[in-house]
Amino acid sequence: MALLTEPITVNMGPQHPSTHGVFRMRVTFDGEMIVDMEPIFGYLHRGIEKLAESKTYLQNIPYTDRLDYVAAMSNNLAYALAVEKLAGIAVPERAEYLRVIMAELMRIASHLIAVGALLNDMGAFATPLMYMFREREKILDLFEMVCGQRLTYNYMRFGGVSHDIPEEFTPALERFIEEMPGFIDEYDQLLAENEIVLARTKGVGVLPADKAINASVSGPVLRASGVKWDIRRADPYSIYDRFDFEIPTGKMGDVYDRYWVRIQEMRQSVRIIEQAMARLPQGEVRTRVPATLRPPQGEAYARIEAPKGELGFYLVSDGSSKPYRFKVRAPSLLNLTVLRDLVIGWKLADAVVIFGSIDVCMGEVDR
Amino acid sequence: MTKPLSGLEIARQIGEQFPDAVTGFDETAIFVQSEALLKVARFLKESLDLDYLTSITAVDFFDHVELVYHLASIEKNYSVVLKTRCEKDKKMDSVVGLWQGADLQEREVYDLMGIPFEGHPNMKRLFLWQGFQGHPLRKDYTLDIPGGGKTE
Repeated sequence: MALLTEPITVNMGPQHPSTHGVFRMRVTFDGEMIVDMEPIFGYLHRGIEKLAESKTYLQNIPYTDRLDYVAAMSNNLAYALAVEKLAGIAVPERAEYLRVIMAELMRIASHLIAVGALLNDMGAFATPLMYMFREREKILDLFEMVCGQRLTYNYMRFGGVSHDIPEEFTPALERFIEEMPGFIDEYDQLLAENEIVLARTKGVGVLPADKAINASVSGPVLRASGVKWDIRRADPYSIYDRFDFEIPTGKMGDVYDRYWVRIQEMRQSVRIIEQAMARLPQGEVRTRVPATLRPPQGEAYARIEAPKGELGFYLVSDGSSKPYRFKVRAPSLLNLTVLRDLVIGWKLADAVVIFGSIDVCMGEVDR
Repeated sequence: MTKPLSGLEIARQIGEQFPDAVTGFDETAIFVQSEALLKVARFLKESLDLDYLTSITAVDFFDHVELVYHLASIEKNYSVVLKTRCEKDKKMDSVVGLWQGADLQEREVYDLMGIPFEGHPNMKRLFLWQGFQGHPLRKDYTLDIPGGGKTE
């Protein structure tokens, strides 16, 4: 007599350690195998796009901090670029360099969390994460020196940055640049050829390049699939065309490649910071811009290569002091488009790892 | 640099194929009729290799909603902005068959702006719960309207 079986549906989340925030996966299993998955969003929806329509352009900068709160500097930068494009504001040279330094430090800090949390999900409980936090701490110290904040920086302004760097910043950053490559080597030794890491990640959750492009995937997830697409190179913003760096790409598009690409990007970010520090000019850090900015009627779309992918701001101005429409093109949300296709056919423990390798921040997904 | 293709040139190419589709253009964007959006999008994807749908935005202009499609080609590194006027309470054609990336974005537009997309496999609200009244990103949305922001 055949055994009577039926699929079972399990709710993973919204409160679950592997979901990196409040995200729900409604997973249907056949035995141990995932046969269907429905992502459910909205647990962190605060209506930032609507709120922004009732605040002035300047008042909106702190709100952008709260989108991807693991990489707040990048959000600041993308929004500042969009408003500068809309209003035609020029940025002094020194501020451009400071922006690049902060954005690249932010990328390292965000990738550290991504990699550490991924390994945490894999069962390497807390140890790798604590290693990563050790370095992230130093970056947060640097941010604290320049703007007094450790998580929500509110540092970029239209036409520059809010403060120049203090005296103690340069030696601390130089020490960081010197130490960081050694720490990345240390992660490599610990993890890149670790048998358990390889067994859990190689060939798991493969995302082919054409599918990644079709699904509007961006950032390290897209590059891990072998697409050499980095907005810093493809559509240089700020002063990224002046730096020498490589774009690491994966071959297979599996979880391991996504992990590997992030490790390599950290090395490249250190290179960029090094070059930027060497060439940092003297001068003003901010153009004078009226506090109540009234950009001319029109629209602007500015995008950057944020740690998680293409972060874009689409602003529509009606000539008043508040944005008429404030739209965030959030990389985390669009990278989740492929999640369902990636997890089907895998087991629950793999779904956790695949989700971790996409690296999302729910603040940005739900907005 | 990503090269924005000139609206004039694209409008001419679309006009040759679909004479009534284009309603206007400027330096960066092409405006098309809402009924023709899907076929124009398919034509652009196939003839210009616009394989990447960067984003879909809906902007409420009181009497109509403007949908803005940012399209790009990864290989050739250029971009096109496609816009269409959509009457409120009217359905739009979904482009999810052309770009899978439209999946969550069209659901977001429906959720917050109230434009349903026909042909989308799972046209449900994305962020707000099912049964929520109204569409918050619309300019006329207030918490004072009966049931505004409350569950039925």
